[in-house]
Amino acid sequence: MKTIIGIIKELIKDPMGKIGFIGVLVIIILSVLAPIIAPYDVTEMFTQDKLTGPSSQYFFGTDNFGRDVFSRVIFGAKVSLRVGIISVGIAASFGLIFGVVAGYFEGKVDNIIMRFMDILFAFPSILLALFIVSVLGPSITNTMIAIGIVNTPVFTRTVRASVISVKSMEYIVSATSIGLKPKNIIIRHIIPNILAPFTVQATLALSGAILTEASMSFLGLGIQPPDPSWGSMLNESRKYMEMAPWLVIFPAAFIIFTILSFNILGDSLRDVLDPKLKL
Amino acid sequence: MRSYIIRRLLALIPVLIGISLCIFLILQLIPGDVISGLLGIEENPELRAQLEKKFGLDQPLFKQYWDWISKVLRGDFGRSFRTDKEIFPEIMSRFKITAQLTFMAAFISCLIGIPLGILSALKRNTWIDGIIRVIALLGVSVPGFASATLLILFLSLAFQYYSPVGYVGFFENPSINMQIMILPSIILGTSMSGSVMRMTRSSVLEILRQDFIKTIRAKGAPEKVIIFKHALKNGLIPIITLVGMQIGSLLGGAVVTEQIFSIPGLGLMTLTAINQRDYPVIQGCVLFIAFIYVMINLLVDILYTYVDPRITYK
Repeated sequence: MKTIIGIIKELIKDPMGKIGFIGVLVIIILSVLAPIIAPYDVTEMFTQDKLTGPSSQYFFGTDNFGRDVFSRVIFGAKVSLRVGIISVGIAASFGLIFGVVAGYFEGKVDNIIMRFMDILFAFPSILLALFIVSVLGPSITNTMIAIGIVNTPVFTRTVRASVISVKSMEYIVSATSIGLKPKNIIIRHIIPNILAPFTVQATLALSGAILTEASMSFLGLGIQPPDPSWGSMLNESRKYMEMAPWLVIFPAAFIIFTILSFNILGDSLRDVLDPKLKL
Repeated sequence: MRSYIIRRLLALIPVLIGISLCIFLILQLIPGDVISGLLGIEENPELRAQLEKKFGLDQPLFKQYWDWISKVLRGDFGRSFRTDKEIFPEIMSRFKITAQLTFMAAFISCLIGIPLGILSALKRNTWIDGIIRVIALLGVSVPGFASATLLILFLSLAFQYYSPVGYVGFFENPSINMQIMILPSIILGTSMSGSVMRMTRSSVLEILRQDFIKTIRAKGAPEKVIIFKHALKNGLIPIITLVGMQIGSLLGGAVVTEQIFSIPGLGLMTLTAINQRDYPVIQGCVLFIAFIYVMINLLVDILYTYVDPRITYK
């Protein structure tokens, strides 16, 4: 099995892989160092400087409340990444459990789990997320729960398919024949061997989760003000965009940059970890 | 074929029951309850009891579900809490608008995605392929609401162009309708075209590697015939699946674009209901959208047989 360093080395050999890797690294660094990099507090209002253009004092200008757009965009990265990682974490954990159980034990359990996933699959993802948030109430935690639930079926299907294919391998048949318990077979032999498609799915799901969060916040049902989110920043600034285009351009550029970086990384990671799927 | 369709439709019944149960049960999770939301500060036990009786909320959960679903099956989705209007006719009139937007977007997506995907496959590993792949990646990665906002900004600053305000139906005034619908369709279509491009490229590449293509080429068939008659036709199934799924999700998921361009479609209706906590409307819209989504997936499956006669359903 490839080590993480080996994967990264192989990843950055490919120019696109390098771009994706660096892009994601930049977003991670920005979000971790946000409190140090951001020159102002995200809620601090400079009422005398409302809608000021980009300058050395305010790198990305200020908004209609006189808040520093640069600080809000940088903290937006932190919020987006946090929502992305936690919601994908929720989806991946449930997806792993359901997928392994369905794929390994098959039969009735498989049928029940997969029919339930079919039901969740029958909703367009943004609609299901909005529906869940409409019931639970808009907040950062509920946004993460909603995106986590929406992404669970994809992980369950990916894991189940991988488990079924790994299960028929000779080493699993041997492990079963020597009397190893299912729990041990799953933990020691199956899970390590399905990590490749699982990791690729997680990377791609991250960009999807960030996009869903931004869309929900854009619609006013995700992260609530005054917390900064790229989606809500874009929505709030639409009224002023003709006289203050920077309010739209910078958050939009950061959303595009982040999703693009994760997608490029996901594509390259798939080529490294699962070359059979290479497009 | 007919028996396959009947079997598939029968298999949909448990899924649809599951969907309706899911929607019904999720709505039971509302913190507080619907009546508290309606009453607000005027909360008093008498009014509460009256409203509970009116909406059947004093009945056991199973009875409530049964009453709701048996009405739904008769096309009665109930009435809006806010406007007291019947929900189903409203859904149908909004659905027409969303369907127009969706099909225009799908058309634009195929118009851009399929030719560029083929070109990318034919010029594999050249600069043309590189550029098309970057365009496709951008299409997949740029969120519709970001590109829509940037496009509106660009058009207003550079050309002082503003799309008409309000909605006019196609049969009332086709020209104004097109002016209203074209921008959102372009935004949705270009963002869908990224995946179509990628899928077309990989699918055509896959087919071009097959032995029968080598045979056709060896027999001296012109390249046009090889590409359009053989490669594309054989590679269409994954593209149809993708476009079908995109259409399915847009019919209910075009909510962001509808909001930006104020298109009064099904997505905007759902969003407004969510913002107003109008639960019967939310319930009705979500159920209807999920039903359409499932039906489109079935239609896509059936369409396979027409594209690829090797597929038979027994």
